[in-house]
Amino acid sequence: MKMRNYWNLRDWGAGIWERANRPKRVAIAITTIFLVALLPFAGASFLATPIAAYDAVLVYPVGVFILMALGLNIVVGKSGMLDLGYVAFFAIGAYTMALMGTHTGLNTWEIMPFGIAFAMLAGVLLGLPTLRLRGDYLAIVTLGFGEIVRLVVLNSTWSKGPNGIANIPMPPDIGPLKFKLDDQKVFFWVVVIMILLTIWMIRRLSVRRPGRAWEAIRQDEDAAELMGIPTLKYKIWSFTLGAAVGGAAGVLFASKNLFIAPEMFTLNVSILILACVVFGGIGNIWGVVLGAAILGYLPERIRFISDARLLVFGLVLVTVMNFRPDGLLPRKKREKAIVKKEVNA
Amino acid sequence: MFAVLIDQFWSLTIAGVALGFIYVLISLGYTMVYGVLRMINFANSEIFMWGTFGTIITSRDIFHYTQTSEPARGFKLALVLLSSLLMSMLVAGLTAVFVEFVAYRRLRAKGTNRLATLISAIGISIVLSEVMRLLTASRPVGAPRVLEKIILTEIWGANIRLDTIITIIAAAIIFFILERFVKLSRMGKAIRAVSMNEDAAKLMGVNLNRVIATTFLVGGLATGAASFFYVTVFEYTKFNIGFTMGMAAFTAAVLGGIGNIRGAFYGGLTLGLLEVYASAVLGTQWKAVTVFIVLVLVLLFKPNGLFGEAVQTTRA
Repeated sequence: MKMRNYWNLRDWGAGIWERANRPKRVAIAITTIFLVALLPFAGASFLATPIAAYDAVLVYPVGVFILMALGLNIVVGKSGMLDLGYVAFFAIGAYTMALMGTHTGLNTWEIMPFGIAFAMLAGVLLGLPTLRLRGDYLAIVTLGFGEIVRLVVLNSTWSKGPNGIANIPMPPDIGPLKFKLDDQKVFFWVVVIMILLTIWMIRRLSVRRPGRAWEAIRQDEDAAELMGIPTLKYKIWSFTLGAAVGGAAGVLFASKNLFIAPEMFTLNVSILILACVVFGGIGNIWGVVLGAAILGYLPERIRFISDARLLVFGLVLVTVMNFRPDGLLPRKKREKAIVKKEVNA
Repeated sequence: MFAVLIDQFWSLTIAGVALGFIYVLISLGYTMVYGVLRMINFANSEIFMWGTFGTIITSRDIFHYTQTSEPARGFKLALVLLSSLLMSMLVAGLTAVFVEFVAYRRLRAKGTNRLATLISAIGISIVLSEVMRLLTASRPVGAPRVLEKIILTEIWGANIRLDTIITIIAAAIIFFILERFVKLSRMGKAIRAVSMNEDAAKLMGVNLNRVIATTFLVGGLATGAASFFYVTVFEYTKFNIGFTMGMAAFTAAVLGGIGNIRGAFYGGLTLGLLEVYASAVLGTQWKAVTVFIVLVLVLLFKPNGLFGEAVQTTRA
């Protein structure tokens, strides 16, 4: 009998899912969603975070990080482009919410489409000229774009510069569910719904033409082009969809935080989100979710060693990458094999 | 708007060249490693930051200079400056080798994807900057004034200060030595061989691990020299100065064509001048934006940087 590899959580989880029939799958999904929805009530247990409020931590960083990591995963994990300026789209979403929320009478849900649209527009505008570049050049250009967005809001008067924008309205109540500052359960549920929608979108796209095109581009861009895939078009689509998710996360973040300032959108956020993606398992949705949940939660959980928490964070990154270079829950071997070749090319 | 630029053109140019040479040396740290590994040495900015502390420790704790003490003169001045320079290079060089050992070596042996290595490098740079933050209690550290910043002479209305001149001349010499080392020495040849074709170099009996460690060391030494000049000119350091300088130097490396040592030279000087002119014309706050916009434009029309990836083109 084959030895069971207890470390291979991905195959174990995938195995259960493969063996289950439809009603069983629905049952598993509903139970999981239900358990996740109950998370804000677990504040009194060992999960509790010192200093920061537990239910707030679940929304930001944990929930928002998962959402952004899923968005970045479309760009980095699915189509293999290194984006180091992802925070720009987050910032665009957040500033759309802040400006429209304070200057017009629209509420969060009405602004959400605008935030997503502006982020997508920025994605197209940045993508059209730059997506012809590859690898590290793309990385530095996106990194530069992220910094440009931050510096523009830092130095402009319409964005109130370094002071940031305060008094951003909260989302309106949904029936009996009220959005409150001291009790952020409803925010958490909204984030969970957005995460589920994103996962659904990615899973649908993955098995259809765009998903296959991204996969081909990631494995060998020249071959993909030769096979007749309009690579630039699909790269821009991937970039734009990633941007849309980032923008949506930004709108929600601004509406939750009630105050935003340029210092919240530094390069560190981009790097942290990328770390979430790679740490959890690049290209694998559940890996990304797990990675983002851990990296968002860990610094808050270990706040009691407040001064050294970033140090521990760095050490965790180095150690985990050294021992599990494909992340905690790596993508399937079939998809990985070809990437290996690319390294030697 | 342009009046300032025309008015002070020469003094701005000299400041730009001095800043440019600091960038040249830091971008060597990026370019050397990239040339060999095809990977961004993400921790180079923190290596630079550790290097600045080498200078401060030498002048403050070994030679006991303080901010108020009498500046050194003559032979003593040369001794203190030289040992600070060597100490900075040593600290940065060793840090670079440490980074290679901890963050790169194991992952390289496994032949894993590039992103894992990138994250591992990001992790180690967080560790380096956090250790220094805890050691200095998040406070900026002022450098003792060893070198009196006397104005030597005036050319076309620009003051030529001693520290700028030392920076320009010494940095040029160090760059020249390193460039010759990579061009002519046996080790340099091995480095270039590995960057052209890793497998072939291995077959020819090149010790890969040693070559890569040396590459990190050389890059670290150059970065360390830059740290010394930075402290000499700006007279302070902090645990987070690495980020801005590293970003700019990386931009410079890409601008010149990353992986290309000459490219780092021209890229660094271009960026130094560009930053200084841009801050004079548009104001300091738009400096970084201008630099990035220029970078994007350059990459659009010359996607391999101004001088191309010299090593890359020789790869089939």
